[in-house]
Amino acid sequence: MSAISREEVAHLARLSRLAVTEEELDTFAGQLDVILQAVARVGEVAAADIPPTSHSVPLTNVLRDDVVVPGLTRAEALSGAPDSEEDRFRVPRILDEDEPPSPRGEGPAEGNA
Amino acid sequence: MADVTRMTATEIAALIATGEASAVEVTRAHLDRIAAVDDRVHAFLHVDTDGALEAARAVDAKRAAGEELGPLAGVPVAVKDVLTAKGVPTTVGSKILEGWRPPYDSTIVRRLRAAGTVMLGKTNMDEFAMGSSTEYSAYGPTGNPWDLGRIPGGSGGGSSAALAAYEAPLAIGSDTGGSIRQPGAVTGTVGAKPTYGGTSRYGLVAFSSSLDTPGPCARTVLDAALLHEAIGGHDPRDSTSIPAPVPDVVAAARAGASGDLTGVKLGLVTEFSGEGAEPGVTAAFRDAVDALTKLGAEVVEVSCPHFQYALPAYYLIAPSECSSNLARFDGVRFGLRVGDDGNRGLEEVMSLTRDAGFGPEVKRRIMLGTYALSSGYYDAYYGQAQKVRTLITRDFTAAFEQADVLISPTTPFVAFPFGSRTADPYQMYLADLFTIPTNLYGGPGISVPCGLSEGLPVGLQIMAPTMADDRMYRVGAALESVIGTLTPPEL
Repeated sequence: MSAISREEVAHLARLSRLAVTEEELDTFAGQLDVILQAVARVGEVAAADIPPTSHSVPLTNVLRDDVVVPGLTRAEALSGAPDSEEDRFRVPRILDEDEPPSPRGEGPAEGNA
Repeated sequence: MADVTRMTATEIAALIATGEASAVEVTRAHLDRIAAVDDRVHAFLHVDTDGALEAARAVDAKRAAGEELGPLAGVPVAVKDVLTAKGVPTTVGSKILEGWRPPYDSTIVRRLRAAGTVMLGKTNMDEFAMGSSTEYSAYGPTGNPWDLGRIPGGSGGGSSAALAAYEAPLAIGSDTGGSIRQPGAVTGTVGAKPTYGGTSRYGLVAFSSSLDTPGPCARTVLDAALLHEAIGGHDPRDSTSIPAPVPDVVAAARAGASGDLTGVKLGLVTEFSGEGAEPGVTAAFRDAVDALTKLGAEVVEVSCPHFQYALPAYYLIAPSECSSNLARFDGVRFGLRVGDDGNRGLEEVMSLTRDAGFGPEVKRRIMLGTYALSSGYYDAYYGQAQKVRTLITRDFTAAFEQADVLISPTTPFVAFPFGSRTADPYQMYLADLFTIPTNLYGGPGISVPCGLSEGLPVGLQIMAPTMADDRMYRVGAALESVIGTLTPPEL
């Protein structure tokens, strides 16, 4: 039995913001199925009472001294941006009433049109 | 003067300190070597000729002014393209960051500069450090100097190949599941993964934040220790950096070189003995264990029953963290943007950018991680993997009550031919079978050459308790005193 269907992989691609092609989907569906069946072996371990480990080092909140230090200049911060305008990052259109349905099939954004 | 490209970092530093060679001469010799062989090896993604010569001239000026030089002053180093260096292209082996010149230095690069080392350039790697062969680099693979038709390991294959091809005496790698140690093993060089938190992740492009560990690569154990000392130690800019001094790895490497391991207990991991490794790898490993015994070490068998679940647990934890970390590549602040025609919305541009900019392995892992973290699957996958991580840590703790270090082959197979493991991604994952437990535990591990199998290098892995990195350098140097360094055929 397969662990994951082609439709589920398509859904994952949408959640991951990856506009994969149909051909990619065919390949990934088979490969992810093999990988998932292999990694599902973690389920064989009886670990109900075992606490999870997220980090090998105990994590405590670290606060730096409240001293002013220079950061990146505006030009440095924008230097790698694919597009900028008026000293700001320029992004593609975010809201528009005429927006076609998003890949997840949601309707147009509400409220701010 | 003898060919400096064949010398160790220790020897080069001594030449520069005594004035027998200038840092500029040493740097030019390595740049010439890169120009002569790198069109075939392809260890480098970017060679920073001007920056290297400028750094070398600064060292020579310091010496001329009578200033004291550090133990690695003037020694060239190659840096894996996962670490930022101000103004120098940093791609992480990905098209999504092609052309990006970071506006700041990573802590590792800053410390390399402070130590007076000379950065030659940035080395090739599997995209975002995901892979074991450099075949997932968006810029083409690196050849193994032992056989250019075979992989140099990965993800840090460029750094290890640069060492084996005598293009650099030192290199920096990063190890999330074996990306320093496995390339070291298959290129016949030394690669050390420090204790997690022992080296700073500031400026390291993140793949899996709870596992990523930058570390040293070299042709000898002592050189690796010197580089470890130069880059290690607490960094206030990394919240997971351990606020403690670097263990005395240099002294340990020097002590080990005497070849005396009296009183040292080596733990042979039962679950990793024999099974899973090629016969030639197992044979070379067993010979090396015999050699270590002759140096006075005692071998004890230790059982780590949960190690068999390390690979599955890793391939849930690392992709989960990757799916979160790589969300920052959204086509807004840096890197590629595709499909922004003025009509498409942000989400569509983002999806087109990520599909065009990421390669297949990165996409697989992002989707795998998204799956493991999604509601309904979280407990069975990511949550369960974190519990297995606890059990693996307990296995290590129990094993270190019986042994000072644990040993195993570094990787189950020698360098394989290009294309032999890319069709089935899980076959590639098996390269890290023996290295992954250490990453989940957070302790240090080193790969040291231990012999040949069918003319190709085999590595022996030494694993030590957290913040006892010195132990692996001592045992590694002792092994090196018997095996010596491995010399590949002339390119």
